[in-house]
Amino acid sequence: MVDTLVFIVAAAICLTGALGVILARNPVHSALMLVMTLFGIAVLFVAQEAHFLAAVQVIVYAGAIVVLFLFVIMLLGVDRAQNLELSILPIQRWAALVFAGGSLLLLVGLIVVVNEPVTGAEAMGGAASGDENVRLLARSLFSDHVYAFELTSLLLVIAVIGAVVLARKPKEIQSAVAEELGDN
Amino acid sequence: MEITTGWYLVLGALLFVIGGTGLLIRRNPLVMLMCVELMLNGVNLSFVAFARQLGDIGGQTVVFFVLVVAAAEVVVGLGLVVAILRRQPGATADDLSALRG
Repeated sequence: MVDTLVFIVAAAICLTGALGVILARNPVHSALMLVMTLFGIAVLFVAQEAHFLAAVQVIVYAGAIVVLFLFVIMLLGVDRAQNLELSILPIQRWAALVFAGGSLLLLVGLIVVVNEPVTGAEAMGGAASGDENVRLLARSLFSDHVYAFELTSLLLVIAVIGAVVLARKPKEIQSAVAEELGDN
Repeated sequence: MEITTGWYLVLGALLFVIGGTGLLIRRNPLVMLMCVELMLNGVNLSFVAFARQLGDIGGQTVVFFVLVVAAAEVVVGLGLVVAILRRQPGATADDLSALRG
């Protein structure tokens, strides 16, 4: 009974937030609605005994990624309202409608039609609850998927270097600024 | 009413579709990146639901990697958006056709 209530409330929060992201005119409101969705999903992770992922979801998504979005919005000052009517090609709305209806029918239809319990090999450890969850996840991560884990460190280094290179001003501007400063 | 895995999958599918629709109807590159995050989260939810049902921690491991890749993607994507908007203030996705073949 409690499970059902938690799911319904969290799902309502998720869907409201998701619709808010795509319908809000102001990018800042979109970012805040995204936080709402991410929190709802964290609650659903807890309901499914994925405690570590719920914590990481809140820390990484709500704590880092959304703050990054808000920083960029603040830096660029693009927080003015966007006119949905003017900025969209007429055919695009129909394409979006067809995509939404089609994929929704396909996905939900598949889930309903194939409504038999999923069968598969049970893992040795199982997804146990409590502290066991973190232990199992760590064992899986550092034994079976250790190479992938090491590769993610490489990916993060590449992302950081790429961000630094992209954020640098082009050389001409830099030297122009330096000359101006020198003149003054 | 008991909440089965199917309900989680339906919710994941709904989030994915909402994100994809937003990607098509919004022209602001920042909001488009947020819609990509929505799609990723819908898929994450399905992974965790399957991990629970099958009693296999592997699904949660995949979600962990998706989180890392999403973080890297946002960093590079926002770097690109900042670089583009600095050169061309107020650009929307429609204005970024310089690489069109």
